[in-house]
Amino acid sequence: MAVEAGRLEEPAAKVALLNDPKVRGWIFQSALLVVIVWLIWVGLQNMYANLAAANIASGFGFLERNAGFAISQSLLEYSQESSTYGRVFFVGLANTLLMAVVGVILATIVGFTVGIARLSNNWVIRQLATAYVETLRNIPLLLQIFVWYFAVLRLLPSRRASWDLGFLGQLNISGWFAPKPVFGEGASLMVWAIVVGVVGAFLLGRWAHKRQEETGQPFPVFGTGLAMILGLPIFAYLISGMPVSFEMPVAGNFGPKGGSRLYPEFIGLLLALSMYTASFIAEIVRAGILAVDKGQTEASAALGLRSGQLLRLVIIPQAMRVIIPPLTSQYLNLTKNSSLAVAIAYPDLVSVFAGTALNQTGQAVEILLMTMLTYLGLSLLTSAFMNWYNNKMALVER
Amino acid sequence: MAKRTTTKSRPKTAIVKNDTGAAAVAYVRSDMDPDLPAPDASQGIAAWMRANLFSSWINSILTVFALYLVYLVVPPLVDFAFVNAIFSGEDRSVCATIEQGGVRDSDWFGACWAYVGAYGSQFIYGRYPSDEYWRVNLTGLLFFGSLVPLLMPAAPYKPLNIIFVSIIFPVVAFILLSGGNLDLNGFLLPDSMMEPGTTKFWVDYLFVCAAVLAIVFLVARGSQSDPIPGLRIGLGIMAVIAIILMLFAVDFGLRHIETDRWGGFLVTLVIAVTGIAASLPIGIALALGRRSNMPIVRLMSVIFIEFWRGIPLITVLFMSSVVLPLFLPEGVTFDKLLRALIGVALFSAAYMAEVVRGGLQAIPKGQYEGASALGLSYGQSMRMIILPQALKLVIPGIVNTFIGLFKDTTLVLIIGLFDFLGQIQFSFSDATWSTAGQSLTAYLFAAFVYWVCCFSMSRYSIFMERRLDTGHKS
Repeated sequence: MAVEAGRLEEPAAKVALLNDPKVRGWIFQSALLVVIVWLIWVGLQNMYANLAAANIASGFGFLERNAGFAISQSLLEYSQESSTYGRVFFVGLANTLLMAVVGVILATIVGFTVGIARLSNNWVIRQLATAYVETLRNIPLLLQIFVWYFAVLRLLPSRRASWDLGFLGQLNISGWFAPKPVFGEGASLMVWAIVVGVVGAFLLGRWAHKRQEETGQPFPVFGTGLAMILGLPIFAYLISGMPVSFEMPVAGNFGPKGGSRLYPEFIGLLLALSMYTASFIAEIVRAGILAVDKGQTEASAALGLRSGQLLRLVIIPQAMRVIIPPLTSQYLNLTKNSSLAVAIAYPDLVSVFAGTALNQTGQAVEILLMTMLTYLGLSLLTSAFMNWYNNKMALVER
Repeated sequence: MAKRTTTKSRPKTAIVKNDTGAAAVAYVRSDMDPDLPAPDASQGIAAWMRANLFSSWINSILTVFALYLVYLVVPPLVDFAFVNAIFSGEDRSVCATIEQGGVRDSDWFGACWAYVGAYGSQFIYGRYPSDEYWRVNLTGLLFFGSLVPLLMPAAPYKPLNIIFVSIIFPVVAFILLSGGNLDLNGFLLPDSMMEPGTTKFWVDYLFVCAAVLAIVFLVARGSQSDPIPGLRIGLGIMAVIAIILMLFAVDFGLRHIETDRWGGFLVTLVIAVTGIAASLPIGIALALGRRSNMPIVRLMSVIFIEFWRGIPLITVLFMSSVVLPLFLPEGVTFDKLLRALIGVALFSAAYMAEVVRGGLQAIPKGQYEGASALGLSYGQSMRMIILPQALKLVIPGIVNTFIGLFKDTTLVLIIGLFDFLGQIQFSFSDATWSTAGQSLTAYLFAAFVYWVCCFSMSRYSIFMERRLDTGHKS
């Protein structure tokens, strides 16, 4: 590598064009671009030829056509006779989102409980939590869905001999017949009370935070906020003459009638998804809590904080910083994994749209593109939110 | 804790006043009393239980509750899996109650291991012809025989082992499992110029070789370097590929076995191993691309990675089984298993890329700078300095990706391939063994098999993590 002294004084030697990293880079990149564009072009040409040979019209016109198949569970208005494939897309999307939201809530509750239990000083609890995590996360999710749906839920009694869960409704092999809330006149007052309660609690929290920053006086935000969020609607419920009643399912000859029905597909998928994801969340929570330095605990003990305050003011805020990013990706995983619904025919986006609708119309490219882009959009939205949150929570160092 | 506080040492000196009133040191203790045993309340089982199970009333409640949960789950499971289980029998009657047309008492409920035994070979080989099982067995033996020493850090001959696992084994496995004897038909020249057949294939191959070598030569000349080493490497690679292709085309007298007869654990392993083997190089390329200075390369890598990571695997499998054939020219058909493999490999490549990127980012900047200060080119510095360190760092991450991939192979049953779980689901349709406890038995068995595989892999990953956790932490 030694350079002779004499050569240094010579004018810069003429470098071959290919040895210039910039030129080389651009040549490489253009070659790559050409290859990619060529591949896409050839692929599209083949696709049009194949579609023409199979007599399938490409394009999104099929979304206006009548679907003509039934969907068991639908949050949106849907009828077999008059709804279009476009409607099917939204019905499936709504079911996917429903599964995602309920699953995320359940998985978070179970996951945090198990994660904290893994750090418990109670030996039995600790071992039990470890067994839960090590078992569930090492068994494929699809197998767990099958176990819940084909084995566990099949053990439920038949339609005629439902289990009576008292005020929770009835449970049998065809699903859970839960009490259905019926909103009477004046129920809107309760909705407003909830809104006012939430907004009020939020403002209260901000005010209390500001006051504590200025004067050092703490304010019991949690209790007051909870009282506002829960108390106002209850108050509204009482003064407007108890407008909400529950329609209870009644046992009939052909199974329970009335109430709102949760299908076994929903229950099976929900349990499998949330139990599986909870085992991952538990590990994240455990790692997050362990990541808080021991000195923090000792310092707050030295400051005289009680164990409740220690958790609330010192450990959790710092642990959350470590927990949130992987937690979000677990939420995303849960949402994506809900597509396994297709294996047990829960009518989610993949099952009804990329499954039934695709088989009926044959518009594979359009339908799969729409499905993929929808999931991609959900992922990107979530990661955008995560980045925003991370920036907000990032340690501000002096 | 307890020991320390209970054995306080006594004062070392005792000052005794004598009659005259003058203080004198009468006794200096030179050696300590032996430690007293800890009080009974702080040792033994009772004390352990006190500290770990019943330290407060809330803990006591939790303990009782947890024990109740264990009582709810474990005894019935043991009853089902062992006590009441049936281990041998000819058909469903041994596993069914009298009401269901069997021989058991009416309150009997247990696992039917006889059914798993009867279906054992199907769960492993699928519909692979039974007189050819030895081929699968031999492949498995070669695979585990070469993989285990590779995974043991102390085993010798690592480079040879890597060459065997990455080049020789795939070729042997392909020939053994499918039977080899491929028809090579040519791919480049139009059919009008030459009759399609083996000769045309090799003529085409020679053209490709010439083109590759020409490009290598031109690049070398253009950058004013010696073209000989590049040409030698290019020639070597093309020769190895030619030898492999020739081996594929040789008739070894093995019966050709279509992939739709493959099934069970064989397919699970084929998908998982091929997926990881293909995704590793693609993943490394993508990770390097994502950290590259070239904007188009970086953009393409980011789009690729984020796209695949943002969509569920099941849509990928749908796409590879339904849409991929549309993009191919008419007449070109891919095997169903191969299509699934492509989908799985691309999908896990995106995840692998992120794992490798983590390793690349963990390498201190000084290593990159040192490499370029030595005058190494980009390729050289990656190959000799950066990647060996980065890949070693992310071995646990790679193993974790593999565990995820291994679990995800079950999804192929949705597109109609019969992997291990698919074969189990399929066996339910056979009336010979259909009993009330059949699905629970089968799922228990499947769960056990998957659990053993994944758990041992995760233990290996933890072991490697501990072993590799030596430096690199600044």
